[in-house]
Amino acid sequence: MAIKKFVVGCFDEEQVLFSAVKNVRKAGYKIHDVYTPMPIHGLDAAMGLRDTSLHTAGFIYGITGTTVAFSFITWVFTTDWPMNIGGKPFFSLPAWIPIMFELTVLFAAVGMVLTFCYLCQLAPFVKKDHFHPRSTDDLFVMAIECTEKTNEDEVAAFLQNIGAMEVSTQYKETGWWMGRYDRETKLFGKQVEAVS
Amino acid sequence: MALLKYESQVRPPLVDGNKDYHQVTEDICRPVEAKPSGLWWIGFIISIILLLFGVFSVTREVIYGTGQWNLNKTVGWGWDITNFVWWVGIGHAGTLISAILLLFRQGWRTGVNRAAEAMTIFAVMCAGQFPIWHMGRVWNAFFVLPYPNTRGPLWVNFNSPLLWDVFAISTYFTVSLLFWYSGLLPDLATLRDRAREKWRKNFYGLAAFGWTGSTKHWQRHESLSLVLAGLSTPLVLSVHTIVSFDFATSVIPGWHTTIFPPYFVAGAIFSGFAMVQTLLLVTRKVLGLQEYITIEHIDVMNKVIILTGSIVGVAYLTELFMAWYSGVEYEWFAFKENRANLFSPYGWSYWLMMGCNVLSPQIFWFRKMRRNLIVTFFMSILVNIGMWFERFVIIVTSLYRDYLPSSWSTYYSPTVWEVGFYLGTFGLFFTCYFLFAKFFPVIAVAEIKHILKRSGQNYKQKMDVVERKSVEEFASEQMHH
Repeated sequence: MAIKKFVVGCFDEEQVLFSAVKNVRKAGYKIHDVYTPMPIHGLDAAMGLRDTSLHTAGFIYGITGTTVAFSFITWVFTTDWPMNIGGKPFFSLPAWIPIMFELTVLFAAVGMVLTFCYLCQLAPFVKKDHFHPRSTDDLFVMAIECTEKTNEDEVAAFLQNIGAMEVSTQYKETGWWMGRYDRETKLFGKQVEAVS
Repeated sequence: MALLKYESQVRPPLVDGNKDYHQVTEDICRPVEAKPSGLWWIGFIISIILLLFGVFSVTREVIYGTGQWNLNKTVGWGWDITNFVWWVGIGHAGTLISAILLLFRQGWRTGVNRAAEAMTIFAVMCAGQFPIWHMGRVWNAFFVLPYPNTRGPLWVNFNSPLLWDVFAISTYFTVSLLFWYSGLLPDLATLRDRAREKWRKNFYGLAAFGWTGSTKHWQRHESLSLVLAGLSTPLVLSVHTIVSFDFATSVIPGWHTTIFPPYFVAGAIFSGFAMVQTLLLVTRKVLGLQEYITIEHIDVMNKVIILTGSIVGVAYLTELFMAWYSGVEYEWFAFKENRANLFSPYGWSYWLMMGCNVLSPQIFWFRKMRRNLIVTFFMSILVNIGMWFERFVIIVTSLYRDYLPSSWSTYYSPTVWEVGFYLGTFGLFFTCYFLFAKFFPVIAVAEIKHILKRSGQNYKQKMDVVERKSVEEFASEQMHH
């Protein structure tokens, strides 16, 4: 990961934000991300993000759980240690359904949450750079990435024009590192020079 | 206003007062950031004392064995399993609010879901204590897990409802915890970014997992919540179904009934909502959150209570009828003589159950009563007592008279250590709840913000003008045509 330069615009109204996202994309600037204090339905589509396939992963984890439960119990009760319980068949599927169901749910839930954390790079002790402390309170913060060709004053003026109430230029690390939020910790590994 | 989804003015606002996003953050984070009040300390210390008494009671039980309890030859399950089922049942309301109401798109859940889910987790923690310590030789508790062992390997019996319970309860706990915590992440990030003190920044920074509020993350978060809700819905039904199987698959008169699964699930939601009411009525008052947990919320939950209470009532009458109609004399004896006969040794508990669970909730047919906080609080306690006695009636009145009348003479009543264990779980529950209410936002901040512009009082009032105007415009347009 690298430290990059961003032009950051803050918005305080959803409607303004939506039209701003549209305008920024139309003008050809690259939106790094929009940080919001709550989920805003339709914003992902407006930004052109593709749908998440997290639920597909959940389905795969789920059927893995079913399979594990079914095959394990079958192996135990028909091959490894068949037990005669009141003369009932060794392969007694109906009695296994509760555990098969529970393991389906368990695998799907645990797998999905771990995948979610992996995809979003969320874990304890993870520290990330933030563009604005109020992005988890009441501001919608749009970060536009600057390349060599970008004229940042132009971008700033553009953002102001489309309704941003606060515009700034910031150098931020885009990745994460192990750190604490109560102090300015140094990044792990070698520092990458900022794009000038 | 194109963004705002239309919500009818008939629906009362879910957030009262003149709020904007920042005000919501302020209101909900204030109790977390303030010093704990004297009332909090008193409650917390009482909980700790109860917890310690519970630890002492359980320690005695571990040292001296289950003989510390008054369980006897016929009543092998007594207060312990009663308490287990009672606590598990209480947990169910949290999942109902967080999962089923999410699938049904009930906006009002946002005000209460965080606290209710926390209640679920703590209640399941308390429930789990009972079967574990009831094992007696608790150091062998890991025998319930199917792991390769040196005894064969001798596997657990996957055909047994008691083992299903192990899987059901542990899955339920895990999934509820994941659901609750993933929902907490954004709010913990809010607290982190507001924090001034070092320890606070550090604590919430650690707890928030580095949440930023990126749009892509929100998109995944929404997908995760929806799927977890979809998984939790059948899960919560399965858990109490399986708990009811502990009884229903046996051949004891009074237990051997097919009505148990739906009847247990309805009872679980009934008692759980009562506990949610008890907790939230106090929480909203002490933390000053009346604008977020409004009378409307309480009204709606009382409606759920009367619905599920009536389902439970129908189930009581149905099993009574079926006991007679089946023509099985043992079944009918269990119901007629052990339960319904007021002058039998435990007849009082059956009628206490009937009174608390079936008769008393009928008061909620009246809107005035549903919206009366004192009545609601009193009723919530009554329902919880009633639902405790339901499990007591099911367990003890079926067991204390078995097929051998010579062993009928023993009257089961708990020892102080059995009661102490139960009180100890109250201590555990409230210790956890007090810590939760102090260190975590008791209302889902991000979710309230999500519905604020649709269901907030000030926003609804603004929409009212627009709506009226558009109706008038429409009418006049039509007239000119």
